[in-house]
Amino acid sequence: LNPGKIEFLHGTTTLAFKFQHGVIVAVDSRATAGSYIASQTVKKVIEINPYLLGTMAGGAADCSFWERLLARQCRVYELRNKERISVAAASKLLANMVYQYKGMGLSMGTMVCGWDKTGPGLYYVDSEGNRVCGDLFAVGSGSMYAYGIVDSGLKQKDLTVEEACDLGRRAIYQATYRDAYSGGQVNLYHVHSEGWTRVSQSDVLMLHQQYQAEKA
Amino acid sequence: MEYLIGIQGQDFVLVAADNIAANSIIQMKQDQDKMFKLSDKILLLCVGEAGDTVQFAEYIQKNIQLYKMRNGYELSPKAAANFTRKNLADYLRSRTPYHVNLLLAGFDETDGPGLYYMDHLSALAKAPFAAHGYGAYLTLSILDRYYRPDLTRDEAVDLLKKCIEELNKRFILNLPSFSVRLIDKEGIHDLEKLMPVGAK
Repeated sequence: LNPGKIEFLHGTTTLAFKFQHGVIVAVDSRATAGSYIASQTVKKVIEINPYLLGTMAGGAADCSFWERLLARQCRVYELRNKERISVAAASKLLANMVYQYKGMGLSMGTMVCGWDKTGPGLYYVDSEGNRVCGDLFAVGSGSMYAYGIVDSGLKQKDLTVEEACDLGRRAIYQATYRDAYSGGQVNLYHVHSEGWTRVSQSDVLMLHQQYQAEKA
Repeated sequence: MEYLIGIQGQDFVLVAADNIAANSIIQMKQDQDKMFKLSDKILLLCVGEAGDTVQFAEYIQKNIQLYKMRNGYELSPKAAANFTRKNLADYLRSRTPYHVNLLLAGFDETDGPGLYYMDHLSALAKAPFAAHGYGAYLTLSILDRYYRPDLTRDEAVDLLKKCIEELNKRFILNLPSFSVRLIDKEGIHDLEKLMPVGAK
């Protein structure tokens, strides 16, 4: 425990928020090793199953490994109970799995997003043992910048799917603008009652040109 | 950063907890419930390290319920508090101690209301009023000054409000809302959330 030290999660910006028509999930795609950019094309959204998504922040290996294990557990649940697993249960499975390794150096900050019979679901789970349900989360070194955009954008009531996608995309773009450890492309997903859809992949530099032109 | 408070009256216990779930300098959730219902008349308020809080509280919660199933009757608040403390103590010198601070509040048919203070070093003390967190430094003196054993429900709520107003005024962190519950012989009652407005 170190109350004085602010620990940023490793280079990344991921966000997810609930709105009237489901959940928007937006992530960047940069991977850094210290100050070296290792990759600009990392897939930070893990497709657990056709109606559940997981985001990746922290150690890439930790996230993909544990979420893949989660996908397996979700499938086993489906086979045993003859019904889809709820977002709450899926996130609890993940939280309990990583809690066993608390203090041993796992680094994972993920959002479990989906749609189950209670409607849209969004949970934040991390390697510290946190598990919280909420309407909006941003995770990673660029998260604070993203919060600023989404919090102010969500104040306007009732977004359409298009508006919500734009908001998510814009928030990641703004975060990559300010955070050196985030960048690459913005990958955007929309989770609705039928499952998830991959909405778009936009290069951050192209978005920059587009937004600059709009300003003029 | 988190705050818990409990005040015992003649025939009730009043408890409150803040609603912020924080991660570093960010508020991740503004409506987090930090109270865990152990039984119809026992509440466990739990703050501390991420993960440990929920895992430990749910572990105690399930074990209390298991005891009821196995034996046909519930543990009294005093027994539940001692059970909780024993678990904390057992894990204290293991590789994985639970870093949690607790308040256990309950109503017993024979003993009446009870408030038990427990901390991460496995201390246990029955107290007429108690608080956890940095906020405790600011509010314990208020409780010392104005507490009386024969407080009515309304007077206890007023005392609670005094404490929360002091936090709102002097505590560096913004704690915008607090869940409040009251336990008496009828059980657990949810009271209105307290949301202090502006500094005086």
